[in-house]
Amino acid sequence: MALLEYEALSIALPGMARPVLDGIDLTVSAGEVVALVGESGSGKSVTARAALGLFPAGARLEGQVRVDGTDLVGAEATGLRTVRTAKASMIFQDPRAGINPVRRIGDFLTESLRVSHGWAKDRANARAVELLTAVGLPDPARHLNQYPHELSGGMLQRVMIAGALTAEPRLLLCDEPTTALDVSTQAEIMAILGRLQRERDLGLLLITHDIELAAAACDRIYVMYAGRIVETAPTAELFAAPRHPYTAGLLGSSPPLSAPDGPPARLTPIPGAPMGLLDSASGCSFTARCRFARPGVCDQSPPPLEQHGTALVACYRADDLTDAPATLAPTATVPNSTNREDS
Amino acid sequence: MTSDARTLLQVSGLRKTYRTGKAEFVAVDDLSFSVRAGGALGIVGESGSGKTTTARMLIGLERPDAGRILVQGEPLAATVRGKAARLARAKAVQIVFQDPYLSLDARISIGATIDGVLRLHGLTDRADRAARTKELLAQVGLGEREATALPRKLSGGQRQRAAIARALAVEPAVLVLDEAVSALDVSVQAQVLNLLSDIRRDTGIGLVFVSHDLAVVRYVCDEALVLYRGRTMEHRPVADLLTHPGHPYTQLLLASVPRPGWDPDSISRRRRELDPLPAAGAPGGRG
Ligand SMILES: Nc1ncnc2c1ncn2[C@@H]1O[C@H](COP(=O)(O)OP(=O)(O)OP(=O)(O)O)[C@@H](O)[C@H]1O
Ligand SMILES: Nc1ncnc2c1ncn2[C@@H]1O[C@H](COP(=O)(O)OP(=O)(O)OP(=O)(O)O)[C@@H](O)[C@H]1O
Ligand SMILES: [Mg+2]
Ligand SMILES: [Mg+2]
Repeated sequence: MALLEYEALSIALPGMARPVLDGIDLTVSAGEVVALVGESGSGKSVTARAALGLFPAGARLEGQVRVDGTDLVGAEATGLRTVRTAKASMIFQDPRAGINPVRRIGDFLTESLRVSHGWAKDRANARAVELLTAVGLPDPARHLNQYPHELSGGMLQRVMIAGALTAEPRLLLCDEPTTALDVSTQAEIMAILGRLQRERDLGLLLITHDIELAAAACDRIYVMYAGRIVETAPTAELFAAPRHPYTAGLLGSSPPLSAPDGPPARLTPIPGAPMGLLDSASGCSFTARCRFARPGVCDQSPPPLEQHGTALVACYRADDLTDAPATLAPTATVPNSTNREDS
Repeated sequence: MTSDARTLLQVSGLRKTYRTGKAEFVAVDDLSFSVRAGGALGIVGESGSGKTTTARMLIGLERPDAGRILVQGEPLAATVRGKAARLARAKAVQIVFQDPYLSLDARISIGATIDGVLRLHGLTDRADRAARTKELLAQVGLGEREATALPRKLSGGQRQRAAIARALAVEPAVLVLDEAVSALDVSVQAQVLNLLSDIRRDTGIGLVFVSHDLAVVRYVCDEALVLYRGRTMEHRPVADLLTHPGHPYTQLLLASVPRPGWDPDSISRRRRELDPLPAAGAPGGRG
């Protein structure tokens, strides 16, 4: 049994043209680092929050999301509490949003130990110092007495990671944990997360819109588009030979650092904009932006996730595109006339 | 340094000290560079290295305590009084921030925002303004629908492109972008980056592009200046800097960009070696 298992999880909100999440299947095992990538609005955060039993108000839920065997869809209060206080923790993008600015770091870190676990102050403080040391902060005892505004963003994110570890979770849900940080601080935070994950054999779900970061840090990648998983594969395969045109599009839009000398070629953005909740598509949601889309094929019904080599891909044209170059540059493979490359 | 006719921006010996109570903190020290017409300078460095402080001095939001800034040979006035002086400064340098809401008016459509800027800068004929607004928005890939939309009705990338169009409406000599693409999705970021290289080629504007991401800087700029704790570590052509980074700090920044084979452990070890007492506890920065 995997530590985290989504099974056909769908979340729909009233008044919307399409579900926020549509049949998500995703697993993270203990000791595994898995990325979930996709553009803004694709449903990454909603997916992560579901693993803590946090669903949008008024949503209609189908399917399951299990943490260590406990299904959170319709879980009882005790089940929810066990997952949240002992099994899974979440780290967010903006550390300042998740901490009370007028309370000291020490209070933030010891509160749950003292309130939920009934620890005495000294014991909780000692544990907080231990955790701050584990996340590499230089002067843990002093930090306990500091206020959030006295720490830089990178330091505060380490405090948040320490906070996430107080419950000794087995699963870490990291929602854009480094997006607000500069690249070298990002590397430090990822080094800390990686070390903790290995030492404690944690399952880690890294949510990011940065496919390069996902590739650098994770064993396996899920690519999400408009509430659906469109491709998942081990990192090396996904990077070397993306099979879904959306995955290839994400890779093609990233400015290359290591491309050959000379002025970099023009980037190839994915045309158009992601689909909002008020837009729906009868077939593949990516059809309108896809230069490989075929009318009568791609726009009929949503493509199922199917095995292609080591990857699962939801694309009717995946077989035709398998031999295309990694970037899926327009070749003989049919750019057709119904493509919309506008807006 | 002499300034020939094509030098748009010339900065020399810039310093900025912040005082909090009795404590003094030198955020930028002895900074010099120039940007010529059609040139693009990248200012890179980690959080707290002084990038935004520099950008703010370039648009007169922050007053340097030493050094000078010349735009097209004219000193950037220390204070601006009156409408004419304010307009002249706006024409010298424009800025686009990471948060496009800072340069757009939330209550009116982006078309109306740009129309207002054109009117302020002396375009009196209504039809001329409408035509120019359309042209500016088209230049950043926005059409009629977006022109009539309020900022919050647009996507992040569309808002950021609108903010760039607004800055271009002033026809500034120099455009400063402070982490203007950092928060965007890669697909949208790619649109904005392509746009910036087009603008450079087509208008001869000078760009100062602030970022901590060398991959992005490489794409937009021909020169880059590496700041560390407010000081210039190196300043060279980008291609050169990336293939032969001279300073250990530049090497670190380069190694930090995620890619296959990335080793965050060794990056953080090297960072600590460079800087045994990291900006510990320093507030304000994002790192
Ligand atoms: N509580 C909620 N109520 C209603 N709609 C919501 C709620 N939470 C999210 N949404 C909508 O669901 C969609 C998916 O949102 P989500 O936050 O998961 O996106 P994301 O992939 O995390 O994007 P980003 O990269 O911008 O963080 C969006 O259209 C969002 O507006
Ligand atoms: N108004 C201020 N008062 C005091 N210190 C300040 C002020 N503004 C900035 N600083 C300090 O000056 C240094 C440089 O800040 P600056 O904002 O220029 O950095 P930056 O390179 O833009 O960083 P980031 O990548 O986080 O945006 C930081 O240590 C910051 O804390
Ligand atoms: Mg999110
Ligand atoms: Mg800044």
